[in-house]
Amino acid sequence: MHLMQPIRIQDLYKAFGPVDVLNGVDLAFHPSETTAIVGPNGAGKTTLIKCILGLTHADTGSIDVAGRSIAEGVAYRNQIGYMPQHAHFPENLTGRQMIAMVRSLRGSAEGDADIDLSLIRTLRLEADLDKPFRVLSGGTRQKISALLAFMVHPPILILDEPTAGLDPISSAALKDHIHQRRAEGACVVLTSHVLADLEELADRVVFLLDGLIRFDGELGELRTLTGERRLERAIATLLEGEAA
Amino acid sequence: MNIATSTLRIVRFQFQDALSSRWLLVHTLIYLLIAEGLLMSTGFTDKALVSLINVVLLLLPLVALLFGVIHQYNNRDYTIWMLTQPLQRPGLFAGLYLGLTVPMLLSFCVGITLPFLWHGGLADVQVSRLLTLLGLGAALTLSGVGVSSALAIRFPDRVRGIGLALVLWLVYALLFDGLILMGVSALGNWPIEKALIGAMLLNPIDLSRLILLQTFDAAAMLGYTGAVFSRFFGSGWGVVIASGALVFWVAAPLWVANRLFQKQDF
Repeated sequence: MHLMQPIRIQDLYKAFGPVDVLNGVDLAFHPSETTAIVGPNGAGKTTLIKCILGLTHADTGSIDVAGRSIAEGVAYRNQIGYMPQHAHFPENLTGRQMIAMVRSLRGSAEGDADIDLSLIRTLRLEADLDKPFRVLSGGTRQKISALLAFMVHPPILILDEPTAGLDPISSAALKDHIHQRRAEGACVVLTSHVLADLEELADRVVFLLDGLIRFDGELGELRTLTGERRLERAIATLLEGEAA
Repeated sequence: MNIATSTLRIVRFQFQDALSSRWLLVHTLIYLLIAEGLLMSTGFTDKALVSLINVVLLLLPLVALLFGVIHQYNNRDYTIWMLTQPLQRPGLFAGLYLGLTVPMLLSFCVGITLPFLWHGGLADVQVSRLLTLLGLGAALTLSGVGVSSALAIRFPDRVRGIGLALVLWLVYALLFDGLILMGVSALGNWPIEKALIGAMLLNPIDLSRLILLQTFDAAAMLGYTGAVFSRFFGSGWGVVIASGALVFWVAAPLWVANRLFQKQDF
């Protein structure tokens, strides 16, 4: 289930009115690699992810997913599992109905053979799947959101603050699952403000500032470059360097 | 997956959501109580039916606009999540629109029709009146939800969107006729009849009232613009032209909302 060239972004520009948010981003994400996109608020992280998902239309530049331009149609989204920062589903539907919806919308030709519901057990969701979303806590909704993103075994995972709102046990279980998917060949792209998560999950860090990539390399390189052992310090040092 | 298939699949889950929601039940009960109350107190008099029409013409656009816009703001994150699925935007838009309007319409129809049924109101004359009322209610709902969709997509700030929906309702349901009357009393010496007829076409609620009251033969209740309109066209042509304008009022907001949805950066 891994792709040779999961995501390739070339010369991407996006402005919202007078504000330039992305200023020529060139970036490729690889199989069996977890890339963290970091940067201060307003750096363009969310816009970049939204462009890949087709939520936001770039002004110029191209994005290829699995070797094909995303402008060719929506089928490429079958390759992507997305976990938003704020999971919100219709109040009166249940987790089980959402699972049925993903199955129905993804229309997998192979039937259910490739459906992975192991997160139900791992995240202890059994008791909550038949309750409507309006009675579920934020953390439980987030867990169901993770289940929906992972269940179709997508070769690309885009995770926006995946552990936000999760209790420590669920957070650890989800991180294990992300590791496992990466080991199986998935291309994982994530953003997080929880630096401990980034340290635990990320193979590679892309640092975005003012819509440009200011650093792209392995965690170790970032540490060497900035002379800081902890990622938090390393990023702070990068930011200070930019400000100076 | 083609657009029609994905629309149907989305609608299916929207229905499941709506069917177990409390608002739909409350919505049905409100119409049921209004219709039952009026029919019980006065029976099938024209007076009861005209009162019913007046309540429906105020309430339906309010629900369609206000509930429509609030519902869409509440579901914005869900809509964004849906957009990340392999669905084409036209199919998704159609699915979300139908998934909201169809349960609303069914609930309105059930609420109004049930009291008619058990009061034995299915005599020929009443059936055609009931069907006219339901059809116009449907048009106003489709139009109102179309407008509320356009507002919710165009204005990410919900306070602004909800405020505008309320203002639109106030203008169309309450202020419009008054403003026209003020204009007429100020410009009474000028030949403004044609302008008035044009103004009439701009208000879907007035149009519905015109059509209904022509059907009920109660032209005295038409309001100022309605009286001018029906005098000008005669009742037959008046209804045809008003219906045409109403179709425009269903199609135009929907077209605008869909266009906004296709282009929007979420």
